[in-house]
Amino acid sequence: MSGTTAAAGGHHGEPGGFLRKYVFSADHKMIARQYMFISLFWAAVGGYFAYIIRWQLAHPEADIPLFGRPIGPDEYNAFVTMHGTIMVFFVAMPLLLASFGNFLIPLMIGARDMAFPRLNMLSVWVLGAASALLLLSFFVEGGPAAGGWTGYPPLSARTAYVGADKGMDLWLLALALEFASFLMGGINFLVTPLNMRTRGMGLLRMPLFVWMVMIASLLFLLSVGPLVAGAVMLLLDRNLGTSFFLASGGGDPLLWQHLFWFFGHPEVYVILLPGLGAMMEVMPTFSRKTIFGYRPIIVAVLVAGALSFVVWAHHQYISGLDPRLATPFSVTTILISVPFALIVFALLATLWGGSIRLATPMWFAVGGLAVFIFGGLTGIFNGSAAVDIYIHDTYFVVAHFHSTFFSALFLAGFAAIYYWYPKMFGRMMNEALGQIHFWGTFLFFLAVFVPMHLVGVGGMMRRIANPGQYEFLAPLSGLNRMITMSAVLLLLSQFFFAFNFFWSMFRGRRAPDNPWEGTTLEWTTPSPPPHGNWPGEVPQVHHPPYGYGLPGAGEDWVPQHRPAPSGAGAGR
Amino acid sequence: MSQAAAAHAAEPAETPLTPESWGKLGMWVFLAGDAMSFGTLLAGYAIMRGTSKNWPVPAGVLGIGLTAFMTFLLICSSVTMVKGLDAIKRGDQKSLVKFLGLTVLGGVLFLGMQAYEWTHLIHEGLGLTQNKWGAAQFGTTFFLITGFHGMHVTGGVIYLSIIAWQGSKGAYSAHSHNAVEIAGLYWHFVDLVWILVFTFVYLL
Repeated sequence: MSGTTAAAGGHHGEPGGFLRKYVFSADHKMIARQYMFISLFWAAVGGYFAYIIRWQLAHPEADIPLFGRPIGPDEYNAFVTMHGTIMVFFVAMPLLLASFGNFLIPLMIGARDMAFPRLNMLSVWVLGAASALLLLSFFVEGGPAAGGWTGYPPLSARTAYVGADKGMDLWLLALALEFASFLMGGINFLVTPLNMRTRGMGLLRMPLFVWMVMIASLLFLLSVGPLVAGAVMLLLDRNLGTSFFLASGGGDPLLWQHLFWFFGHPEVYVILLPGLGAMMEVMPTFSRKTIFGYRPIIVAVLVAGALSFVVWAHHQYISGLDPRLATPFSVTTILISVPFALIVFALLATLWGGSIRLATPMWFAVGGLAVFIFGGLTGIFNGSAAVDIYIHDTYFVVAHFHSTFFSALFLAGFAAIYYWYPKMFGRMMNEALGQIHFWGTFLFFLAVFVPMHLVGVGGMMRRIANPGQYEFLAPLSGLNRMITMSAVLLLLSQFFFAFNFFWSMFRGRRAPDNPWEGTTLEWTTPSPPPHGNWPGEVPQVHHPPYGYGLPGAGEDWVPQHRPAPSGAGAGR
Repeated sequence: MSQAAAAHAAEPAETPLTPESWGKLGMWVFLAGDAMSFGTLLAGYAIMRGTSKNWPVPAGVLGIGLTAFMTFLLICSSVTMVKGLDAIKRGDQKSLVKFLGLTVLGGVLFLGMQAYEWTHLIHEGLGLTQNKWGAAQFGTTFFLITGFHGMHVTGGVIYLSIIAWQGSKGAYSAHSHNAVEIAGLYWHFVDLVWILVFTFVYLL
C-alpha cells in the first residue's frame, strides 16, 4: 500500500506503461472507469435479454428478431433469471456503488486515493473473474441458471427441475466472487471517508453522496454474510448430496428464502442509496439552493438502513410462512416508508423556490425522483400482507420493483453519468442528445411500466413463458403488445446515450474544472484529475457542502474550499 | 504500512477514526461482516435442530474431552498472541517471533486434532449426508460449521506465519507494529468464534 500513495506533490509516483495505467491500475479513478465499462457492457446484455423476454410475451411462439428463432419455456426461464442477476449484481452495484463510489469518495473528501489501493484493484479484478464465470455459464451443457434471480430451492437445487446443471453452479460461484469483490470494495468505501478526510472536512460536512455510499457499504457488509453461507449450503446440496434446503432429505426450502431476503432487502438499499445520493448532489447544484435538511436526511437513511434488516419476510407472505409473522413484517415494511418519505420531501423542498437550471443531469434527477415516488407508493400495496396475497407473483410486483429499481439505477445513474462525465473523461457530453435520451427513456419507461400494473391486477403471473396458453389472459394480449413496443422504443432510446457517451469521449467539448458551478471538492481540480487528484496541495474545507444561493457572496455560490470571509453566511 | 501512514500524516487531515493505521479499521469492518456469516450458520443450525424430531444429543456423538482440550489450546494461542504483541511494543523482536511461533504452533495442533476428530467421526458413521445417531442434518451442519471455522484457522496460520517471517527479518519495532496488532485482531476473532461454536455445536 505504501508505493501507491502519492506524496504532497501530486504528480509523484504516476505509473508508466499502458498495462499499469489502464489495466493493472491502483488509481481509484481508473478503477472507477473499469467498473463503469464492466457495468455498461452488462447493461447492454441485460437490456438485450429484456427485449427477448418482452418479445416472447407479446408474440409467443413467433421468431424473435435479432435472435432468429422462438424460445421455449426453459430458455425463457434462463433469460428471466439472467436478466435479473445481471441487472442487480453486475450493473447496479458496479455502476452506482463501485464506479461512482470509487471515483467520488477520494475527490469529495479531499484524499489522494482510497485507503487500500491494491485491495481496490483486486476487487475490480475479482468482479472481472465473476463476470467471466457468468459469461461462461451461457455456453455450458444445460444452459445458464434458470431458477429465478432469487435462486429458490428446490428449483435451484436439482438439475431435473429447470435443466440448468453446471450453469447453476457457475451462477453461484459468480455471485460468490461478486460478493467477495464488493466486500473488498466496501472495506475501502468505509475506511476511506472515516480516516482520510482533508482538514476541515468534518463528518457532517461530507457531501451526502459519500454518506449514502458509506451506509450502503455498511448494509452490504452486514447482510452479505448470510447469503454467502446460504450459497455454500446450496453448492453442497447440489454437489455433495446434503439436504439443507431439500425437504426430501429433512431440509427446509424456506431457510434459503430467509437467508436470501435477509440479504436481499438491505441489498435493495445498497442499490438505491447511491442513486439517491447522486440525486442529492445534482438537485442542489441545479436548483442553486442548499439541500433541505442535511442532517435529517442522514438520520432518516440510518433509520431506514436499520429497519431494512427486519422487513425481509415481506417477500415471503405466501411462501408457507407462519401467518402470525405476516403482521409484524407488514408493520415494519410500512414503517420503512416513513424515513423514505422524509428523504423525498427533503428533495422536493430542495427544488422548491430554487433557480432551477434544466440541464440533462437535472432532468434525469427530477425524473428519477418522480418515478421513485411512484414506485414507493405501489410498494405500500405489496407491503400489506392482505393485499399482497392477491398481487404476489403477478406483474404488479414486476412493475413495482422496476419503478423503484429503474429510477435508482438508470434514471439516477444517468443523472450521475451526465453530471460527473466531464470530471471523469475531461469532456462534455452533448446536451441536445442528452435531453432526447432523457425524454425517450422517461416517457417510454412510463409507457412500459404503468400499464404493466394493470396487467398484474388483471391476473398475469410472473415467469410464464407463454401467456397465450391461458384463456383468461387473452384480453391482456393487446396491452402486452403495447408494453413490448414501448420497451423496444425504450431500448432504442439508449442508442442516443451510447453514441453520446463514446463520441463525447473523443469529440466532446473540453470540460472546464467546474462546468456546473458545483461547490464540492471534486470541482476544484482539473477535468480529468491528475494522478494524486490535485496538482498541488489538497484543498482544505471551510464550509458545508451545497453553499448555493447565498446573498452577499458575489456569485450565488461558495465552494467548500474557499477561505471563509467572516459573515458570508455559509457557515452553519 | 508504516511508510504509508507517514505519507498520510504529511497531509493535513481531519481526525481519522484509527489514526495509527487504516488497516485496523479495515480489519474491524471485515470482522463485522464475517461475524454475520458465522451468526447465520449458527442460526441455521438452531432452526434445523429446532425443527428436527431426531436430533441426537451432541455430547453422545462428539468427543467433548478432546474438543475441550482443543478449545484450551486455542485460548492459549490467543494468550501467546497477546504476549507477542506486548513483546514488540517493548521492541523485543526475538520474543515477538518466539510467541508468534507458539501461536502458529497452537493453530497447527488445533487443525491436526480437528483432522483426527473428523476422520474418527467419519469412520464411526457420521458424514455430510449420513448420521447413524439420527438426523442427517446433524452431520451436515457439524462439518459445515467446524469446516468453515477450520478454514479461518488455516488462513490465520498462514497469515501469522507471514507476520512471524517478516518479524524475523526485523520488519517490526516498538514504533511500528500495526500489522502485528491487526493480525492479532483476526486471531482473537477466530478464537472467540470457536468458543461460540464449541458451546452451541458440542455442549448444548
